[in-house]
Amino acid sequence: MKITIPELCLVVLVGPSGAGKSTFARRHFRPTEVLSSDFCRGLVSDDENDQAATGDAFDVLHYIAGKRLARGRLTVVDATNVQPEARSPLVALARERYVLPVAIVLDLPQRLCHERNRERPDRDFGPAVIERQSRQLRRSARGLEREGFRYVYRLSTPEEVEAVELVRQPLWNNLRHEHGPFDVIGDVHGCFAELVALLRELGYEVKVPGGEGEYSARHPEGRKAVFLGDLVDRGPDTPSVLRLVMATARSGDALCVPGNHDVKLARKLRGRDVRITHGLAESLEQLARESEGFRAEVAEFIEGLVSHYVLDDGKLVVAHAGMREEMQGRSSPRVRDFALYGETTGETDEFGLPVRYDWASEYRGRAVVVYGHTPAPEPEWVNGTINIDTGCVFGGRLTALRWPERELVSVQAERTYARPVRPLAPDAATGPGPRPAEDLPDLQDVLGKRLIATALMGNLTVREENATAALEVMSRFAVDPRWLIYLPPTMSPSETSREPDLLEHPSDAFRYYRNEGVPVVVCEEKHMGSRAVLVVCRDERVARERFGVEDGSTGICYTRTGRRFFEDAALEAELLARVRAALDACGLWKELGTDWACLDCELMPWSAKAQQLLRGQYAAVGAASQLGLSAAVQALERAVARGVDAEELLERTRRRQEMATRYVEAYRRYCWPVGSIRDLRLAPFHLLATEGRVHADKDHEWHLRTLAAICREDPDLLIQTPHRRVDVTDEASQRESMTWWEELTGRGGEGIVVKPLEFVVRGRRGPVQPALKSRSREYLRIIYGPEYTAPENLARLRSRSLGRKRSLALREFELGVEALGRFVRREPLHRVHECVFGVLALESEPVDPRL
Amino acid sequence: MLLTITTTHRPATDLGFLLHKHPGRAQAFDLAFGRAHVFYPEASEERCTAALLLEIAPIGLVRGRQGSGEGAILEQYVSDRPYVASSFMSVAIAQVYGTALNGRCSARPELASARIPLEATVAALPSRGGEQMLRRLFEPLGYTVGVRGRMLDERFPEWGGSPYHTLTLESERRLSELLTHLYVLVPVLDDQKHYWVGQEEIEKLLRRGEGWLADHPARDLIVSRYLKRQRGLAREAIRRLAGEEEGDPDASAEARDEEESRVEERVGLHEQRLGTVLSVLRQSGARRVLDLGCGEGRLIQLLLRDRSFTEIVGMDVSHAALERAGERLHLDRLPPSDRKRVKLIHGSLAYRDRRLSGYDAAAVVEVIEHLDPYRLSAFERALFEAARPRTVVLTTPNIEYNVRWETLPAGRFRHRDHRFEWSRREFREWSAGVAERHGYSVRYLPVGPEDPEVGPPTQMAVFSLGREVG
Repeated sequence: MKITIPELCLVVLVGPSGAGKSTFARRHFRPTEVLSSDFCRGLVSDDENDQAATGDAFDVLHYIAGKRLARGRLTVVDATNVQPEARSPLVALARERYVLPVAIVLDLPQRLCHERNRERPDRDFGPAVIERQSRQLRRSARGLEREGFRYVYRLSTPEEVEAVELVRQPLWNNLRHEHGPFDVIGDVHGCFAELVALLRELGYEVKVPGGEGEYSARHPEGRKAVFLGDLVDRGPDTPSVLRLVMATARSGDALCVPGNHDVKLARKLRGRDVRITHGLAESLEQLARESEGFRAEVAEFIEGLVSHYVLDDGKLVVAHAGMREEMQGRSSPRVRDFALYGETTGETDEFGLPVRYDWASEYRGRAVVVYGHTPAPEPEWVNGTINIDTGCVFGGRLTALRWPERELVSVQAERTYARPVRPLAPDAATGPGPRPAEDLPDLQDVLGKRLIATALMGNLTVREENATAALEVMSRFAVDPRWLIYLPPTMSPSETSREPDLLEHPSDAFRYYRNEGVPVVVCEEKHMGSRAVLVVCRDERVARERFGVEDGSTGICYTRTGRRFFEDAALEAELLARVRAALDACGLWKELGTDWACLDCELMPWSAKAQQLLRGQYAAVGAASQLGLSAAVQALERAVARGVDAEELLERTRRRQEMATRYVEAYRRYCWPVGSIRDLRLAPFHLLATEGRVHADKDHEWHLRTLAAICREDPDLLIQTPHRRVDVTDEASQRESMTWWEELTGRGGEGIVVKPLEFVVRGRRGPVQPALKSRSREYLRIIYGPEYTAPENLARLRSRSLGRKRSLALREFELGVEALGRFVRREPLHRVHECVFGVLALESEPVDPRL
Repeated sequence: MLLTITTTHRPATDLGFLLHKHPGRAQAFDLAFGRAHVFYPEASEERCTAALLLEIAPIGLVRGRQGSGEGAILEQYVSDRPYVASSFMSVAIAQVYGTALNGRCSARPELASARIPLEATVAALPSRGGEQMLRRLFEPLGYTVGVRGRMLDERFPEWGGSPYHTLTLESERRLSELLTHLYVLVPVLDDQKHYWVGQEEIEKLLRRGEGWLADHPARDLIVSRYLKRQRGLAREAIRRLAGEEEGDPDASAEARDEEESRVEERVGLHEQRLGTVLSVLRQSGARRVLDLGCGEGRLIQLLLRDRSFTEIVGMDVSHAALERAGERLHLDRLPPSDRKRVKLIHGSLAYRDRRLSGYDAAAVVEVIEHLDPYRLSAFERALFEAARPRTVVLTTPNIEYNVRWETLPAGRFRHRDHRFEWSRREFREWSAGVAERHGYSVRYLPVGPEDPEVGPPTQMAVFSLGREVG
């Protein structure tokens, strides 16, 4: 006997103890597919036959079955299942997961069951048990279909069981192996002229002989049309639309999913009693002129349509009214209902129409969902879904989406064939129309332990406690998430120097890159200010259309933790205007074909942003050290003057006082008062991204060269970053740059940043640090404290470990680049936000802050 | 850090006996955190000064405690501790001047119990509360107090004064008293401790405070600062994030809250607000309620007392606030029947949150004014579109009323974290828009004394799902 089951379903084995269910399951299914009640009894009680544990055992079984089905795994329940009350939770479970329940009944002679049980020492129950189970089975077995089982197979002899051949059948909706390319076409509603025009626009050769002749549409490159349903009603020529679609579907040039109008029409054609509303009358009238045979053909065609399709390796899902992620590739009456009607909230709007539940705004699936059903003035991407019903029959347009190109092609309706109950476009009389579907990030996109898939490093983990810390900072202080397309990574110092009085020296950075197989590096002067990320749009329109920011702003300047850099909005606007003017002047917009740019910069002075830190921390320690040490020196001087033996202590205290003075000098270098924009300096060093491009594929010399051209347009504000190209396999080249470092730090500079020439480099064992810093001896006083240069202190500080810092730097770098990548690929906001949030969360990982 | 003690008692050099340290020698003592030195800058019949100088190893400070330094925040490295008078000084007094602190002196027992002219100078004493605090603590004890402040940085006068002062105390009294006062009050002024505070600190405070602390007018402040509590680990993580932009978000949040309640306290506005919210929730018949932005859980406390609320969920974006709410509500000690009625969750109104679906009512009390205006649309969708409770009770300040607060400078908001405050018209426009967009009806209630001209101090909107009923 051949038993055919869907490739994804819930198989319920039914039969008394000893009927051979477990043996059957072993023969036809993988061990992991089978959940047995005995095994679950053992799991919870250590005894597979402990009947007292049955309740808990089934809880476990149902839980595991639910998880498996949610993940799309076929599941077999191996339990007696002889009573309806044992089966009903399984039917409910299958419904909940949108899979079909299948029953396979092993109704073997009682005598045989009893004999088999006798052979097993652990089953010492008498024949009465089996007799009771068989009785229960017989009493209810005929009602299995009524209980909700879609397929029921009955086996009543050992020979039948032996002869079973089990076949798993792919689901009708599974067309993953079809790669198109596709042209997905929205609701046609009998608009035949527009359909033909659109197909021709898309490059199809369309034949329309008229009448009963042979219709066809074929694309010379083998593209396939996909109709999203609602072919019929309201429009002028429903029969021709049906002819063309049926012909192309038959010839393999098109796929078609049903719409609610199509299904209703088919029911009417089959003689069912339906209300003649919403344009059905027009279809009926037009079809009345056709032959009886054609009408039957139409009904049959529509009845044979599959609710939705999963195409192109699961990357594309098409359905008339959309498809939730958990329903994709499933089949159940609820899936079909969703495909046809979508979901409503149960409320009605001011036009008496049902309020649609906005499933797309919650959509987080990886597959793109293309659907129609609800006319909207413009197709709009929401979280990887797009509604392409642009209301052709209401005088709008008929629209197609090309896949995988994701291009929209549409033709204008020749005229308005019907009036919508609710106006398509907003107009003054009715107030705002349907609200633009705006993407709202979900807490599940950011909270808890996160695995973020990146192009460069694969999955990156963000720990739960770090996400928790980031949530508060992100919600309370960060700028609008629509602007926040990037956060900069932390940067590791070079290995600790072996020079006697230094902690850091560039030669260690050179050695790192040389050992990683990187021959050429770029050394950039490290500006001592605060990190600033700038997003600059050409104008308000770009901010609105590309970033979705509608408050009239044209860009933003934010800190490394995503806060607005300036409290003074006018100052920010002035800064952005100056940068924009420089971008205008140097022709960057045109050169890179973009309307916006994202820049990674350092903004000076340090005191512009770090006021609180400077006053609360740096200046305070300076004041305290000078006050405390000068009092100590004075007291000691008086004691020594009267002959007390404290000279050594006095000397040591004087040395400490000297170091405290140098410390104060060190932080003062990076401070000056800011009265206006004239006091600010901006040093851009990465041109991170522009439209369609993340410039991680360019080397750092390109970045500095491109940015230099911008800086030259406004040298009062914009500072070019001095840099050197260094061959780390060449002694002279390295020496020259070390001399430069000494010169630079001697003048009070913070130090340099050493980067591999390429933006992204893979080394011996994986990605290489994108940058290493070598900071100056005096600068490090601000980091390690005024007295760190005392020999005993330096000795202790040398044992610092860089591993964690480097791992963080890499992960944050990858996430930052990933965020930009997702943004330029126009992925939904929550996908970009996930990465940026990840950077912020990683920043809260404990790591030595002095590195 | 340096403490000098001078006496003009004759012979002044008897100070050497009292302190048990010879005026002719410099002595050094090893302590857990560094070395203490005692020497005499002057020692004559008329006048004798003993100096106690601490050398604290700045790097050992962090390394010694945490081992690797991972997870520390920067201020622990670039630290004022090696230079200022702090709890380290108290430890040094106890260990180096121990006998004098306890009022004993075997060589001159009568001197130890005698009142003698004393002058103490503490260089670089950090005082949270400035000169005023120094005077508030020492003057009631009968000292003549001299205070010299210092600029943060003379190069940048606009940065203002530093928290460090040079303190001089003059008085005729027993040396042990002077040392005891310094022992207790120096860490109180500094308001930081270098060790964890535990039960034994309470004993210590009671012992050292005997005879003077009970009657001190600033007693409560002294006790609460002396027994400083440690902060939770989650708060540390948030602190690390605050980075260079904000010192200590917790400390400043507390300070701001204090400020707001000072402004509003005279009318008991907070109590009236919560009372009104409670009335509205009761009237709505809600059983399962959300308190969004629950803070420390004051409303939850009220709701818990009413058994008709079967499920109460408090949500806040601040993990620290939730920890405090958990303590305030004594979650760990509630009887099981109450415990299962209340749940605290960490979340944010800037995101859609499935956990908030399906509730009867949500209270959003004094929350929206803490959101940046650009977040209001996200908030609106997260609450009215996604969570969609049947009733929403929402309050926010009425900015028009601010002119009635005498203590509030003109043009300022009531709380420094407020991103906006609305007039009655602005609030009603926004509320009506929200109601319209999401199918709610809305009515308004005043909270607090209603002023005929500027309205009530707090405005409340009550949103009900569905069209107007009755």
